[in-house]
Amino acid sequence: MASKSLCSRRDPVLKKRDDFEDVLEERRNSSDLRYAFKCYAPVLYKGLSPCTPTMLKTVVLQSEPLQYAINQVSAESGESVELVQEEAAAILEEMAHRLKLSTVRFFAFTLSKAFKRLFHSVCVNEEGLQRLQQAIHEHPVVLLPSHRSYMDFLMMSYILYTCDLKLPVIAAGMDFMSMKFVGEMLRMSGAFFIRRSFGGDKLYWAVFSEYVKTMLRSGYAPIEFFLEGTRSRTSKSLTPKLGLLNIAMEPFFKGEVFDVSLMPVSISYERVLEEALYARELLGVPKPKESTSGLLKARKIFSEDYGSMHVYFGSPVSVRSLAQGRINRSQYNLVPRHIPQKPSNEIQSFVNDTAYQLVRMQEENMVLKPWVLIATVLMQNLDGMELSQLVEQTVWLRDLARSFGAFLDWPDHTSSSKVVSSSLSLHRNLASVCGGRVCLLVGRPPGPESPETALFERAVSVLSCASYRNQILHVFLRPALLAVAMQAATSPRKDEVYNCFSFLRNMFSNEFILCPGESVQDFDEACYLLMKCGAVQMLPQGIGTTDSGRVTLPYLCAMLEPFMQGYQVVCRYLCEETTDNLTEKQFVPAVRSFAVKLHLAGSLRCYEALSSDLQKNALAALLRLNAVKKVKMADQVVLKVNKMAVNSLEDTLGGKIPTQKPVLARL
Amino acid sequence: MASNGKSSERQRIAQQRLRIIAGHLRKQEEADHIEIAAQECKAESSRTDTAKPNSVPKRRQEIMKWNGWGYSDSKFLFNKKGQAEFTGKRYRLSGLILPSLKEWFEGTFGANLQHKSPAAAALNAGAVPPPNLSESFVEELKATDIPFSHDAEDRVFRSHGHCLHEIFGLREGQYGRCPDMVVWPNCHIDVVKIVELACKHNVCLMPYGGGTSVSSALECPPEETRSIVSLDTSQMNQILWIDEKNLTAHVEAGIIGQDLERLLNESGYCTGHEPDSMEFSSLGGWVATRASGMKKNIYGNIEDLVVHIKMVTPRGVIEKSCQGPRMSTGPDVHHFILGSEGTLGVVTEVTMKIRPVPEYQKYGSVVFPNFQQGVACLREVAKQRCAPASIRLMDNEQFQFGHALKPQVSSMFTSFLDGLKKFYITKFKGFDPQQLCVATLLFEGDREKVLQHEKQVYDIAAKFGGLAAGEDNGQRGYMLTFVIAYLRDLGMDYYVMGESFETSVPWDRVLDLCRNVKERIVRECKEKGVQFPPLSTCRVTQTYDSGACVYFYFAFNYRGLSDPLNVYLQVEHAAREEILANGGSLSHHHGVGKLRKEWMQDAVSSVGLGMLKSVKEYVDPDNIFGNRNLL
Repeated sequence: MASKSLCSRRDPVLKKRDDFEDVLEERRNSSDLRYAFKCYAPVLYKGLSPCTPTMLKTVVLQSEPLQYAINQVSAESGESVELVQEEAAAILEEMAHRLKLSTVRFFAFTLSKAFKRLFHSVCVNEEGLQRLQQAIHEHPVVLLPSHRSYMDFLMMSYILYTCDLKLPVIAAGMDFMSMKFVGEMLRMSGAFFIRRSFGGDKLYWAVFSEYVKTMLRSGYAPIEFFLEGTRSRTSKSLTPKLGLLNIAMEPFFKGEVFDVSLMPVSISYERVLEEALYARELLGVPKPKESTSGLLKARKIFSEDYGSMHVYFGSPVSVRSLAQGRINRSQYNLVPRHIPQKPSNEIQSFVNDTAYQLVRMQEENMVLKPWVLIATVLMQNLDGMELSQLVEQTVWLRDLARSFGAFLDWPDHTSSSKVVSSSLSLHRNLASVCGGRVCLLVGRPPGPESPETALFERAVSVLSCASYRNQILHVFLRPALLAVAMQAATSPRKDEVYNCFSFLRNMFSNEFILCPGESVQDFDEACYLLMKCGAVQMLPQGIGTTDSGRVTLPYLCAMLEPFMQGYQVVCRYLCEETTDNLTEKQFVPAVRSFAVKLHLAGSLRCYEALSSDLQKNALAALLRLNAVKKVKMADQVVLKVNKMAVNSLEDTLGGKIPTQKPVLARL
Repeated sequence: MASNGKSSERQRIAQQRLRIIAGHLRKQEEADHIEIAAQECKAESSRTDTAKPNSVPKRRQEIMKWNGWGYSDSKFLFNKKGQAEFTGKRYRLSGLILPSLKEWFEGTFGANLQHKSPAAAALNAGAVPPPNLSESFVEELKATDIPFSHDAEDRVFRSHGHCLHEIFGLREGQYGRCPDMVVWPNCHIDVVKIVELACKHNVCLMPYGGGTSVSSALECPPEETRSIVSLDTSQMNQILWIDEKNLTAHVEAGIIGQDLERLLNESGYCTGHEPDSMEFSSLGGWVATRASGMKKNIYGNIEDLVVHIKMVTPRGVIEKSCQGPRMSTGPDVHHFILGSEGTLGVVTEVTMKIRPVPEYQKYGSVVFPNFQQGVACLREVAKQRCAPASIRLMDNEQFQFGHALKPQVSSMFTSFLDGLKKFYITKFKGFDPQQLCVATLLFEGDREKVLQHEKQVYDIAAKFGGLAAGEDNGQRGYMLTFVIAYLRDLGMDYYVMGESFETSVPWDRVLDLCRNVKERIVRECKEKGVQFPPLSTCRVTQTYDSGACVYFYFAFNYRGLSDPLNVYLQVEHAAREEILANGGSLSHHHGVGKLRKEWMQDAVSSVGLGMLKSVKEYVDPDNIFGNRNLL
């Protein structure tokens, strides 16, 4: 029900999107300094009671919920209330932002300089900003940008400052704090810092949630956080994290605010700054620690061209309208509201569904550049291909993507070959054209060359390229799942195809954003899209492939092939190689070396199997399907594998045994 | 004070005696003063014929409007000059010009005096469906000599309460299912006879007291096929006895509030029960709906005031055997009767607590910079248990509404003073005129204590930024509640429809509930296509130890809507949902009736509802009292 109110899924093609304007254009024509010192008088929340960051801290420390938690912690630990109160104050001190307009102005100046060097243009949808301004005035707002780069939140604040909108406070990971000076600068530009994990720490949780809720209730400023929790290293959207969203919705559930507006923001980069770093990280090279010196070393990025970026402010989603008819708010009537209550199942599933919907809205409004299509084509021709063929296939794919409703930024009045070659030139670090042939560029390993290092370098470039293909996967995902399901199903009968579809969907729901419980809708959507592009037709005996479908469907299948193979590799590893004592920590490196072995032996050509992201997602899926169980042993978590179950999943994925309901049921 | 020792006790007694003597000496003057004080806001009805207490004739339409609120001679109108005035002689406002009402009215609703939506002029008896009479019942009733009628006007008058949709329908000349006849029992025995006959002939009985219901409780269930008899209790209006030793009075349940108070005042007593509808509502109605009075802080609500109830049911008469002030005899059977909304029987006689008429009464008011501060102050007052007889907090919109009812000032001096006051509050004290709100107060008791009490409350108010704002503002605040229903009739003449509703809510949720419900109303109106922002306002109208009663007014200009009534009903429904979602109760004192029945199960759980149903099943197995309220 909620999904329908959010956006009509039946025909995503009809979705109307706003036009863009380049916010850097003015910066190129007028003084940055004057801009940094411009008059800044944003529209505020109508119910705002003015408050400084310091007052805010006092309010939080004296708030009933926090006082309650302090007394509880004190009673449990035996420490004095004063001591716990001090602890709470220290936590808050570490956490709280200290937004200062002067720092913001400093950033406005320096970022103007930086952005002008990095990007051709920063395109923002003006109407989205107007919607945001309206929303800020009406209700507390939560800004939910996608997260692909460190740039994201700097860019968000930059845009809001530029457009004279209320600057947000941003939930940031504690990692930044370790950067001397920079951490404090970020804090003064509105970031507040939270520890990555504080599962059992009641006091920390209480301080944190009360801090966020206090800002929300008072309409202090829009609250910005990343639903995905961390930067996506693969450019695929990550499964949303629910903690902060839960906190942000609670004031509405408890009637403390009339409504909360959730605003998805889609930030897309033509070239991601961290592109190569991500690929290496996925292959097991640890992420460089955030440090000021590291930042200075990263200066070299300024000498490169990162094309343009797009920021699309979506439509604000009213929590009230979403909850209408779904959430019975009177469930909070019988307990004082400052006493924390575990969210009911009803609430939990509502928050979860909403989070998925929001991530999908982010996906839908991501602007896709031609390079994304090119990368998709290249990924199916890893050994290189003729330029003319590349252009032809890219155009074909563009039209298919359009018919599926993709948000493409394809220049109108330029010839296709020009578009392709200019994209290739922007991404010349990834692909090269020599003698009319396009192929992926593979870096030279720094040390002596060995089969392993060569494989590693090749994997880096393939995974980098894959990350661009991943940007568009959400457009093709459902039709592609259907294409694979049709291939796997023993008959074209709709229910049989649906069974396969649903199996695959279930298998990959940690890999892609697939809203829980919407299997049927997704299936319908996939059927609709494939019929619309003329690839399938509904026949009395089931789903039939048309002539054009004989091209389209295999293409779509091939798009998912790396994931199919990758999951099979993980399954095979678990069936063949594991001992009884595989710990969770060992899992990723062990699968990786297993995959490397297969590669070197020539029996595996899929590079995704080397990606820690895929490996983790596959494990999460197997855990969810109860094919693997986590067992706590001493201070380690050990994975217990149900080999029969894993084996049968592998065979089903490999098409060796047909998908049948009983197979799933047995799992 | 009494604990200070014997000497002070003796002193007190001596003082009291002195006071009484002094009281006797200036009895005439003092009594007059009190009467005026208590009646200032309400209509001063028929004071001349005190011999006959009956201010409600059988043919109510002779003195009251058939399609609007109150007395026929009293109504608001815009005169030829476009100034608002209130006609008649009954009220303090009567005959006065209200110069700022027009501007407020047009500004708030976007209404225009050129655009009129007049009501149907007179009742069209031909359009009233003919009565469905039970011949055998009528025959036997005739033999009892109890007066009855099946005149169309009598029947239409008793076919409705005062919900907006009921009055709106009447103004449009639509008459729904009406009672088929009206009977006027004169005493308890008459009622016993009527109920027996109704049982015998399977006739549906609907008790009718003052007719001021706002819960659709008086609407005849359209699915009812039997003959419906409206049992009008208005002629059972005697005070049967007064017991000065125990301070109780035994009263017939048909008596209306103003008569009860007036008659008791003559003997130097009062009940102190003053619901806003007390000019018209009846004692039996209060019992049947669990009514609440403005001065409940001193006197209590109806459930605190009743000592003994006699009710005639199809099973027989229910009453307790003694008048002990409290009993432990299982669940209190009074509580099956209180709030039963006419589904179990007819309340015929009630023994009520009475109190000596207070020596002194004083209004007051406090201005707060904003509503939050005001609520915080009321909470503190409740915490210290020092609430005056009445304390209410109006939000900014309602304050402005009240202001619009200021009569023309007679002297330059008064208007100069008003200007000065306004300057002091908004400029000197820096209160935002769009934020400030007002608490109205009513103190009662002996003079000294009132003054002391007043100081205590003003001191608390000062801690929350409150400024004393004079007796006038206070009094005007109370006046608003007595004339609001007349004002609604004025609004309906100009395409404005409105309604009030109430709830009770724990203290910590008061602010959130008020804000959310008000905003929900605004939002819903907008979504339903209402062209102008509605009036959406509230006041905290009663305080309790653990919470408060909140009262909402909402009204909007319905020009341009094809089905305004439906829009109105949807908005009201949404507002009630919002109240429940914010921890408010289904009703504080209006009752459930048929309007709020759908939420009853959620409100009391299915087991609770089952309990009530099983009582109904036992007491009235044939559903003789078939108004279908509550359950």
